[in-house]
Amino acid sequence: MKKTIITVVGKDSVGIIAKVCTYLANNSINILDISQTIVNGYFNMMMIVDTNESAKTVSDVSNELGQIGEEIGVLIQAQNEDIFNMMHRI
Amino acid sequence: MININEVIETNKMIAEMNLDVRTITLGISLLDCTATTLEEVKANIYNKITTTAKDLVKTGKEIEKEYGIPIVNKRISITPIALVGGPVCKTPHDFVEIAQVLDEAAKKVGVNFIGGYSALVNKGMTPADRMLIESIPEALATTERVCSSVNVGSTKTGINMDAVRLIGEKIKETAELTKENDSLGCAKLVVFTNAPDDNPFMAGAFHGVTEADKIINVGVSGPGVVKRALEQVRGESFEVLCETIKKTAFKVTRVGQLVAKEASRRLDIPFGIIDLSLAPTPAIGDSVGEILEEIGLEYAGAPGTTAALALLNDQVKKGGVMASSYVGGLSGAFIPVSEDQRMIDAVEAGALSLEKLEAMTCVCSVGLDMIAIPGKTSASTIAGIIADEMALGMVNQKTTAVRLIPAIGKDVGDTVEFGGLLGYAPIMPVNQFSCEAFVNRGGNIPAPIHSFKN
Repeated sequence: MKKTIITVVGKDSVGIIAKVCTYLANNSINILDISQTIVNGYFNMMMIVDTNESAKTVSDVSNELGQIGEEIGVLIQAQNEDIFNMMHRI
Repeated sequence: MININEVIETNKMIAEMNLDVRTITLGISLLDCTATTLEEVKANIYNKITTTAKDLVKTGKEIEKEYGIPIVNKRISITPIALVGGPVCKTPHDFVEIAQVLDEAAKKVGVNFIGGYSALVNKGMTPADRMLIESIPEALATTERVCSSVNVGSTKTGINMDAVRLIGEKIKETAELTKENDSLGCAKLVVFTNAPDDNPFMAGAFHGVTEADKIINVGVSGPGVVKRALEQVRGESFEVLCETIKKTAFKVTRVGQLVAKEASRRLDIPFGIIDLSLAPTPAIGDSVGEILEEIGLEYAGAPGTTAALALLNDQVKKGGVMASSYVGGLSGAFIPVSEDQRMIDAVEAGALSLEKLEAMTCVCSVGLDMIAIPGKTSASTIAGIIADEMALGMVNQKTTAVRLIPAIGKDVGDTVEFGGLLGYAPIMPVNQFSCEAFVNRGGNIPAPIHSFKN
């Protein structure tokens, strides 16, 4: 399964998760896991998603979510999970 | 499964600590570009480069986007041109024409540098090698993206002092021809001993004759990440310090390994090596000088600097080697002056001299790198500085290099400004005493006794 990590960083506000989830649902991307934490007063959310059924590439998803992020004033990124696996798992 | 703290850590390294992949360098052999006329060779070279590298930049950008990791440079290294152009070039100017073709090919495929306008003359010079070296000033003055290097020594062969003397003169000529741009041409010219065949970093990259037809080599970076990790262990013992550098180097290198394997798969070109180097940039927080300060020195150049650098270099290798399946190139900390803000500061504060830099190059990769010296420095003095550095490499069985910029019309107290990744540099004083009689002796310095291992 090709997994993608979506991260949202910024000031917390109403509807961030809703906006991201709506985008994911519209693009047939399944959410496998969600976690969130506050670091130095900033809202950090991470989602592990499955993009197998989606027509979009990770780069498309990253661009489009990035735009949604700009609209609501947070930083949203989508990255292939391998970069994290490589760095943190032997 | 990956947890949120690991994700935050990685993304912080990228966003706040300048973690990046410094270069994907595509090595291309041009040995099959030989023909009977210069025009044919030029056409063959252009076609081979533009076909082999046509997707390099695009693929690099795709990987960058998909993994969210900046890949700063996409570059090309080629077979030393003295070998490729030798059979058809009758004058130094013929070689310059090849340099211009390389420049056009680099622009066509969108890479910012192409390295390999080179000659390997560690034991002797063929007429073609000599012509190529003669042509370097004009080649670098009339092209934008071509990088040149000359290997003048090795542990197995000794040092070709005739080549050292000649290159001293050519560095001066290159400086003259590019004096309008602060002698920028010299920033694209490296003199080596024990030059590696698979170095992905400019300006010294070339695709050695021992290499395959094409290969992907990747240079990682991340001085900022090491610096930030060391902030957490201030005052701790050397054991803790070393462990921290090793772990950080491992993480940084793993990203390079991922990018290298992915680029190799997508371009269908074999993966060569990862170069484990801490390559600084002029950006704040992307400095090797800053790491040395964090280790406990007031400035780079203070007593203890060589020991601190030795330790840093060794831990980077120990951490990096396990992170990658193949390691090569230069692999070590770079200590350029102009490309590292804290090294510039150290020079300006009077903490760092050319002689201390020379000592530092005994324990780290590369050598006297991007150092601006007074424009009036004589060719023989430049040759003497090169000879010293080459001797360090020869005796210590390591790569060393010299990239000096004699800034024409400038002197100690002035600065040169290159812009971009090359930054700016204060002019450093050079020892005023002559070495002319030494340099003019002619011939070779023999290989050291410990090179006879058979």
